[in-house]
Amino acid sequence: MALEALLLNPKDNVATAVRQLESGQGVIIKNGQSNIDIVLLEIIPSGHKFALRDIEQGEKIIKYGEVIGQATTRINEGEHVHVHNVEGLRGRGDRQ
Amino acid sequence: MNFMGYRRANGTAGTRNHVLVFPTVICASATADMISRAVPGTVVVTHPHGCGHMGIETEHIVRSMSGFCANPNVAGVLLVGLGCELITPQVIAEKLAAYGQRYEVVNIQEEGGTTATVEKGGLLVKKLLKEASKAVREPVDISELTVGTNCGGSDTFSGLTANPALGNACDRLVAEGGTAILSETPEMIGAEQVLARRAASESVKKRIYEITSATEALAFKAGVDIRGSEPSPGNIEGGLTTLEEKSLGAVLKGGTTEIREVVDFAERPSEKGLVIMDGPAHDAVCNTGMIASGAQVIVFTTGRGTPMGAPTVPVIKVATNSRIYHHMKDNMDINAGIILDGTGTIESIGERIFQEIIEVASGKSTRAEILGHHEFAIHSLGLSV
Repeated sequence: MALEALLLNPKDNVATAVRQLESGQGVIIKNGQSNIDIVLLEIIPSGHKFALRDIEQGEKIIKYGEVIGQATTRINEGEHVHVHNVEGLRGRGDRQ
Repeated sequence: MNFMGYRRANGTAGTRNHVLVFPTVICASATADMISRAVPGTVVVTHPHGCGHMGIETEHIVRSMSGFCANPNVAGVLLVGLGCELITPQVIAEKLAAYGQRYEVVNIQEEGGTTATVEKGGLLVKKLLKEASKAVREPVDISELTVGTNCGGSDTFSGLTANPALGNACDRLVAEGGTAILSETPEMIGAEQVLARRAASESVKKRIYEITSATEALAFKAGVDIRGSEPSPGNIEGGLTTLEEKSLGAVLKGGTTEIREVVDFAERPSEKGLVIMDGPAHDAVCNTGMIASGAQVIVFTTGRGTPMGAPTVPVIKVATNSRIYHHMKDNMDINAGIILDGTGTIESIGERIFQEIIEVASGKSTRAEILGHHEFAIHSLGLSV
């Protein structure tokens, strides 16, 4: 069966859409033997990420079970997670 | 397990049998190009280097040029120089003699201009072609194969499909005694901990942190957020949000085995198995460095699509998603996107890539070769005057 979205590690708080997903759409993401049900609040373009739960401002974003950055604002479950609400923590010459 | 390769006099084995025309300085680039165009069956590269370098940059350029010319896929090389430059053909020739590589030399100032150099160079390169034509493929153990890995034009699928599948192929190669090169140091920033856990020794672990820190320091020196350069605008459009995310997906292409060694850009590994080559993520620079480090085949994953090839080494292109595979079909060799379509797995595509490596090493042409791609680049270290 073709997939809609992928969770890479049980620790992750984001999943990746493998096709464009629509606002209001319910998505089922496999997490080992169980499933996570998410209702999307926005269009998620193919290859982009969405939140699997509410994420507070300053909280770390986890993918591959590792830190990929931190939230610059509160992100609600089902919202698009990308450069508009996440910053990287490495290579920040602008912060030196 | 064997591939069919060309045994060289110095004991190494090539997957191709090229005769290369190589200018050691920009001033000889056009002349080298003229020689190659006059003699069918030769390959040529051009570049802006060879003069004005200082200190470690001189060492870096000499190592890159000589390693590239000594790659086992090159049967012989004609070095073309001007005469008054810093890196003369004689400088590179000395290194090639140590490698046991066959070479000839021609200098423009000595010959008396372009026309005379093209004539003399043509004669010398024909001699090299005649020698090269005697080589025949024979069975070579796969433990003598070094495969370079590269990812360019990445999207978020790179880390989900093509990179882990290439990693699976690297694991298979390493299990057979071969060597895989993981490079692109900027794309290790944020994933050092994953690599460090697999370091063969404390010194390898230390080197992994040293090379990523040195690369991250470049962003500090520039005073900018690395995002926009890494990940690039196209990467971001493809769904990659931060460098850390890109790195965690990028390092998957090296596989899961122990990291045996960390070498400098264009340096030959002394260990077999998975090794890291320090160097930029620039696609053509990375390929050139791995070729200089001895890679006889390169596997390149791409999500946004790139036509990148190399002058002397076959580059196998793996698409991360089915859309780009079909959209840029003339550039793509393998579709890892079927992992998302549900008709393939990381293991099945890993096996497919591994088989393709052996077939290509034995003579099968890649799409980049058929199209005539021959991109070549060496980076400057910023120490030129």
